[in-house]
Amino acid sequence: MISAPRTATDRTKLPYCHESFHNLQELRHSASLANKVFIQRDYTDGTICKFQTKFPSELDSRIERTLFEDTVKTLNNYYAEAEKIGGQSYLEGCLACLTVYLIFLCIETRYEKVLKKISRYIQEQNEKIYAPRGLLITDPLERGMRVIEISVYEDRGSSGSSSGSSTTSSSGR
Amino acid sequence: MKNCEYQQIDPRALRTSTTRTSSTLPCGRKNSQRLRKKWEIFPGKNRFYCDGRIMLARQCGVLPLTIVLIVITSGLFFTFDCPFLVRHLTIFIPVIGGVLFVFVIFTLLQTSFTDPGILPRALPDEAADIERHIDNSGSSTYRPPPRTKEILINDQVVKLKYCFTCKMFRPPRTSHCSLCDNCVERFDHHCPWVGNCVGKRNYRFFYAFIVSLAFLTSFIFGCVITHLILESQKAGGIIQAIQNMPASIVELVICFFSIWSILGLSGFHTYLVASNLTTNEDIKGSWSSKRGEDSGNPYTYNNIFTNCCAVLCGPMPPSLIDRRGFLPPDDAPQTVTSDAELPPFMAKNDTNMEENCQDFALSCTA
Repeated sequence: MISAPRTATDRTKLPYCHESFHNLQELRHSASLANKVFIQRDYTDGTICKFQTKFPSELDSRIERTLFEDTVKTLNNYYAEAEKIGGQSYLEGCLACLTVYLIFLCIETRYEKVLKKISRYIQEQNEKIYAPRGLLITDPLERGMRVIEISVYEDRGSSGSSSGSSTTSSSGR
Repeated sequence: MKNCEYQQIDPRALRTSTTRTSSTLPCGRKNSQRLRKKWEIFPGKNRFYCDGRIMLARQCGVLPLTIVLIVITSGLFFTFDCPFLVRHLTIFIPVIGGVLFVFVIFTLLQTSFTDPGILPRALPDEAADIERHIDNSGSSTYRPPPRTKEILINDQVVKLKYCFTCKMFRPPRTSHCSLCDNCVERFDHHCPWVGNCVGKRNYRFFYAFIVSLAFLTSFIFGCVITHLILESQKAGGIIQAIQNMPASIVELVICFFSIWSILGLSGFHTYLVASNLTTNEDIKGSWSSKRGEDSGNPYTYNNIFTNCCAVLCGPMPPSLIDRRGFLPPDDAPQTVTSDAELPPFMAKNDTNMEENCQDFALSCTA
């Protein structure tokens, strides 16, 4: 177990990236939530699930633009794969029709499989890239596929942060 | 790993401090209240059964009547007409009838009990974010005029409307059903016969239902006419035949009146499927050529076969409302209310817990 830093400056370099997912929960509860950034959907290609890759200005100082865009583009690719209309989806659809759609109760559809992949990907991105920067991505599925919600956390120990944490952090912790 | 100051926070201390704000806890099995599921606080006008597995609109309309009519007609057919026709014609008549009946019932139940594609309402944070982006005047006392946002879809201008109930801009092809009080994706219509909205997720079930019902009613109608003709030959006159088979006459009447509407509806929906339209769009004339030379349906693939495959055999999207998921134990129900006074990014419970964390941390390290 790593001994925790005692000074304020050391706390800014907390090694979140060594932690397990359990500690992402701790991140939510221990650091103070400063802001939430919402990435909206991009409807230019129709009703398929696709998010805007425009880099929000609130994240300017928190994460590199390329990392963010990569994440969103990968998510868009996953959703495109889930909603792809092609051989496999036709097969699934015809089979479902022949079995009076009871097959949806028995097997996992391709969409559901891809959603699981997306969830694992988001968890991995959170652990490796976003949590060390004090950010957390919420799976769009939990927000009705409308937005990608990025929670911006302010580290308790960092002095000069103006939002959220109200108590003093300099009282010799 | 926990930070030093948080390592020493006893989870039990956190829990006792939050009991006054919440009474449902994940590991608080000693707490006698069970965890609630999301369907229990669902804001729309829906009814849930079997612990959230089955959902219906609150006004289920004439669904019981639909089921009764189908079951009675089919029951009479199997009881009175099938024995005669098996003797005189072929065994396949009840077999085909049976298959069609099973198809009709299953697709009807699936249409009625499936989530049509309800969009969950925006959480307060998201609603506040949207409000911030559109409300520049800063005035919050009066209700602003209806808000729309124009976007380009396949080079076609589409207006997205703001839903005041769900506090979000509706995605394209989404409409708010006033009977169910939900925004439904790819909203087709609210069908009182099935007691549910017809939308993205259950349109294929609805289409299969009306097509198979059209086949079933036509099949029963044809069989009853055949029975009537054969019986009249045997009994010597049509009047005598009618007197001999009263049940079949009931079936005939029901089928005769249903067939026009069902066949018409199937034909209409076949047209909609082939042009990738919804009833809502067709009725409003959203993409009709009368509106302008440039307006055409931006969602169509311009190919009948592709449209049919996309609508009926496309991938099945998941239900977004997660009705059987558990509510987070330390949050109040996060549905949007019109008088939400909470600061947008910090729920009350979070603030209390934070302060308790800080106090405890201070006390343990002092």
